[in-house]
Amino acid sequence: MTRRKKHLERWSPLLLLFAIVVVWEVITSGFGVSEFIFPSPSRIWEQTLEHKTVILGHAWRTYWVTMAGFGIAIVVGVLLGFLIGSSRLAYAAIYPLMTAFNALPKAAFVPILVVWFGIGIGPAILTAFLISFFPIMVNIATGLATLEPELEDVLRVLGAKRWDVLVKVGLPRSLPYFYGSLKVAITLAFVGTTVSEMTAANEGIGYLLIAAGSSMQMGLAFSGLLVVGLMAMVMYELFSWVERHTTAWAHRGSQG
Amino acid sequence: MPDTPLPPPEPPFVHFDGVWLAYNDDLLAKNVFAVEDIHLKVRRGEFIAIVGPSGCGKSTFMKLTTGLKMPSMGRITIDGQPVNGPLKISGMAFQAPSLLPWRTTLDNVLLPLEIVEPYRSQFKDRRKEFEERAKKLLASVGLGGMEKKFPWELSGGMQQRASICRALIHEPKMLLLDEPFGALDAFTREELWCTLRDLWEAQQFNVILVTHDLRESVFLADTVYCMSKSPGRFVVQREIPIPRTRDLEVTYTREFTDIVHELRGHIGAMRKTGAAIHQ
Repeated sequence: MTRRKKHLERWSPLLLLFAIVVVWEVITSGFGVSEFIFPSPSRIWEQTLEHKTVILGHAWRTYWVTMAGFGIAIVVGVLLGFLIGSSRLAYAAIYPLMTAFNALPKAAFVPILVVWFGIGIGPAILTAFLISFFPIMVNIATGLATLEPELEDVLRVLGAKRWDVLVKVGLPRSLPYFYGSLKVAITLAFVGTTVSEMTAANEGIGYLLIAAGSSMQMGLAFSGLLVVGLMAMVMYELFSWVERHTTAWAHRGSQG
Repeated sequence: MPDTPLPPPEPPFVHFDGVWLAYNDDLLAKNVFAVEDIHLKVRRGEFIAIVGPSGCGKSTFMKLTTGLKMPSMGRITIDGQPVNGPLKISGMAFQAPSLLPWRTTLDNVLLPLEIVEPYRSQFKDRRKEFEERAKKLLASVGLGGMEKKFPWELSGGMQQRASICRALIHEPKMLLLDEPFGALDAFTREELWCTLRDLWEAQQFNVILVTHDLRESVFLADTVYCMSKSPGRFVVQREIPIPRTRDLEVTYTREFTDIVHELRGHIGAMRKTGAAIHQ
C-alpha cells in the first residue's frame, strides 16, 4: 500500500501532464478549434519536429545567455548578501533600496539596456542577472543574520573575531538558504532572458516567440514556450539535487 | 604571633569589586542597572552556583564574567588579570546545546580548538592528537563511539553532554554554565549532574553554574549565591558543607533538603516583596 502510494507520488507530475495533454487534444480537435487560435498538442509536436534544428539553435542561445546572467547573479547576490548579512549598517543602508529596486518590472529595463549595449546578448544577460540576484542576496543575508546569539557567545568567549564566526558558522548555516534560492533564481533568470529577447535580440527563444507569433505559426510559438519551460525545470531539478546532496543535514526531516 | 605563621592568603580567582552594569548609556543616566553592587570572591577551583527568580540578571552576570560585557562601574579581576575583553580561559554552555548540525559530534567538540590560540595555529599539524583528546573527553561523559554521529542523531541529553565537552576541550580554567540542564527530563538531568561532578573533581576547574533548580545548585556547588530580581544583586551567600564526593543519595538526606528549603525561603521572600534582603 505504502509502496504503491510512493510510486503514485513519484509519477504524479507526469500523470497530470499526460491528463492535461489528453484533455487539451480532445477539446481542440473535438471542437475543431482553429490551429491559428489554439493549436492542439499533436500539431505543436509536429511543428516542433519540423523546426527542431531552428528551435534547438534558439534554445541553446537562450540557455547559455541565461546561464551567463545567472552566473553573474550568483556572484553579485552572494557578495551583497554577505555584506548586508554581516553588517548592520550595510543592512540598514542597502536593504530598502534593494527592495524598491526589486519592485521594478525588469522588462522596463530592456529599452535602456538596448541603448547602452545594443541589440543582442548584452541586454539579455543583464536582464537575467537583474531579475535573479535578489532572491540569492536575501537568502544569504537571512542565513547569516539569523545566527543563534548563544552560539555567537560561545565562540566570542574564545576570542573569535567576527570573521571566524562568519566562516565557521554563518556561511555553512546559510548554505541551505543559498541552494533554496538558486532554485527560485534560475527560473526567474529564464524569464528575464526570454522577456529581453522578445524585444532586444535577433536570436533566442524570446525572439522565436515573437517571430512565430507575427507569422501566425502558433504551433511554433507554443513549442518555444515548451522548450523554455523544459529548460527551467531541468535546471530546477539539478539544483534541488545538488541541494539534497550537499546540505542533507538541513533536510533530515523529509529524508527520514 | 611567631608560632603559627599563616600562609599568605591566595588571591581570589574571580574577584568582583563593586560591579554595576547598565545595558546602555540611557539606562545608566536613569540609574537603571541590570546588576548592581556585586561583590564576589571565588577561590581557585571553587564550584559556585547562582540561583534566583527569572529575569534577575543571572545571564548578565555571566556576560560580565566572560568579558562579553564591560561593567559600568567597578572592577572585575579573574586569575589576577583585569577583565577587559573576552577571556580565552573560559568555556561556556547554555540551555540549548547549539551544536552545528553540519558537523559530526567530534568536529563540534573540536570547534573551539580551531578558534582559540595557541591551538588554532597548530590545528592542522596536531589534528590527530586533538582528535584523540576529544574522543577521550567524549568517552568520559559516556559518548564513546558517538564521534561520527551528527548532533541530530543524538538525544537531548547526549547533545548537552557534547556541548559541555565543547566547552571543555581547550582545557579552560573556568566553565560557565547557563541553565545547562534546564531542558532535560529529571532522570537525564541527575545523570548529567554526576557527569559534571566527575569532570570537575577530575580537572578542578572553576565552575559558575547559573540555574533555577535549587536541588541542582545544592548538589553541585561549594557555595550558592541567591540573586534578587531587578536590580539584580547578590543577597544570600550559602556555603554547602556537604562533604565531597557527593552521591545522588545525598539529595534525600535531611541535611540536603534543609539547605534547599532554606534557599527556597530566601527566593520566596524575594518574590513576595520584590525588594532585596540585605546581607
